Amino acid sequence: MSNVITWVPACKLDDIEQEGAIRFDHGGRTYAIYRGPDDSVYCTAGLCTHEAIHLADGLVMDYEVECPKHSGAFDYRTGEAIRLPACENLKTYPAEIVDGEVRVALG
Amino acid sequence: MDRIVIIGAGESGTRAAFALRESGFTGSVTLVGTEPHLPYERPPLSKPVNGAVQMKPICGAEALKAAGIDYLQGVSALNVDPHARSVALSAGGTLTYDKLLLSTGARPRRLTCPGSERALDFRTLGDAETIFSRAAAGQNVAIIGGGLIGMELAAVLRGKGIDVGIIEMAPKPLGRAVPARFAARFHARHQAEGVGFHLGQGIAEITDDAVVLADGGKVPADIVVAAIGVQPDTALAEAAGIAVGNGILTDGHLRTSDPNIYASGDCAAVAQPGGGHVRFESWRNARAQAEAAARNMAGGKEIFAAIPWFWTDQYDLGLQVAGLPHPDHQSVIRQLEGGELEFYLDGGCLVAAAGLGVGNGLAKEIKLAEMLIAAGISPDPAVLADPGVNLKSLLKSARAA
Repeated sequence: MSNVITWVPACKLDDIEQEGAIRFDHGGRTYAIYRGPDDSVYCTAGLCTHEAIHLADGLVMDYEVECPKHSGAFDYRTGEAIRLPACENLKTYPAEIVDGEVRVALG
Repeated sequence: MDRIVIIGAGESGTRAAFALRESGFTGSVTLVGTEPHLPYERPPLSKPVNGAVQMKPICGAEALKAAGIDYLQGVSALNVDPHARSVALSAGGTLTYDKLLLSTGARPRRLTCPGSERALDFRTLGDAETIFSRAAAGQNVAIIGGGLIGMELAAVLRGKGIDVGIIEMAPKPLGRAVPARFAARFHARHQAEGVGFHLGQGIAEITDDAVVLADGGKVPADIVVAAIGVQPDTALAEAAGIAVGNGILTDGHLRTSDPNIYASGDCAAVAQPGGGHVRFESWRNARAQAEAAARNMAGGKEIFAAIPWFWTDQYDLGLQVAGLPHPDHQSVIRQLEGGELEFYLDGGCLVAAAGLGVGNGLAKEIKLAEMLIAAGISPDPAVLADPGVNLKSLLKSARAA
């Protein structure tokens, strides 16, 4: 065990549309990385907590992502489930931009 | 007003029970469901995982208890007495109500040809378990009906190495539910996957090893599934003297001809602003009507006006449709990297959109199209067709205008 955060390089900021998301697979798991309207970046677990649907296919508006299947929605900054049928929060992971590269801490 | 009874514990009835609590209703809520399970989602039934049918409950027993919902599992309503405001139950006894919601759903249409008892339905968890436990690689399955359910089932069965034949009365599959352009794409994909089509064909008879067509041809079948559509379950309403047509007729508030009785979901035919009643068979509609009916039963005055929306997944293709496309609409195509969008304009106004791509690849475009439809815009067709114009920016400028 270590408290040192391990950052994983994920993509370039320009790979993500503003107010958009991309899927990121790493270590046998899937994540979603978001670029907010203010160009800040965020990372959550990749699958909706209601059914295993990739959230990166969903619409991002402001700081919300909507599941492409059942329209459940989350605040991707906090992972909070904000619209049914999603009722369980999403796990979130630290994300940051370094020299135009997005990196995430998945530990 | 302190007692609400809901008949039917499918997606709509169950959603309504919870939505009543979300609306602040504090009286008693009783949910009556015929099936011997917790309320469950139907869409996963056609998607078995590792050969096993998924039973995905809509909610757990704890959630029902925590919300103070009295769930009567495996109990049917025998009749409704609108004057006494009571419901007689198969388990014995009666429930009295101040407001009643009918979410009785729909049941599969039955074939009437000789041997029709050999055909399996595909609607409930029990139906799905029967089909998937019997269907094995190398067998022949004949699906009668080339609608959404029949085509989705065919795709899943082909994925398991089962030979599938689809028999359809109409000259093309998916003619009723899906815009022609995308129906043709699905048809071609199924053909490429080896599904046999018998179109424009009636059924003469079902034997133990084949479906005999009206023209004498035989489609070999170890298993026969009837997927010829559903009919709304209106029997309780009809016997209670409530107005029914193609469904239980409601006004825009989802209230039936009895002021204390509401209807939602597959069984409800809802009055439209332009006249007539429309009934929708979709997951989202079941939930959206449940929420509106619950708010109205709790004292609201809401007119139900959600834009119809559904999806279908076949092989790796996903189609989503928002609004009600009609062949008379002006069609505008937008070609995208991940698939194709079709917009439908009526007198210049955007009224519907459909998108076909791999998986949920076009879901966000359809969601934006739905919001554009709700905004009531009349866009320049050239702009809609141009993949370089972001639909989100179109929406933002529509909202700013």
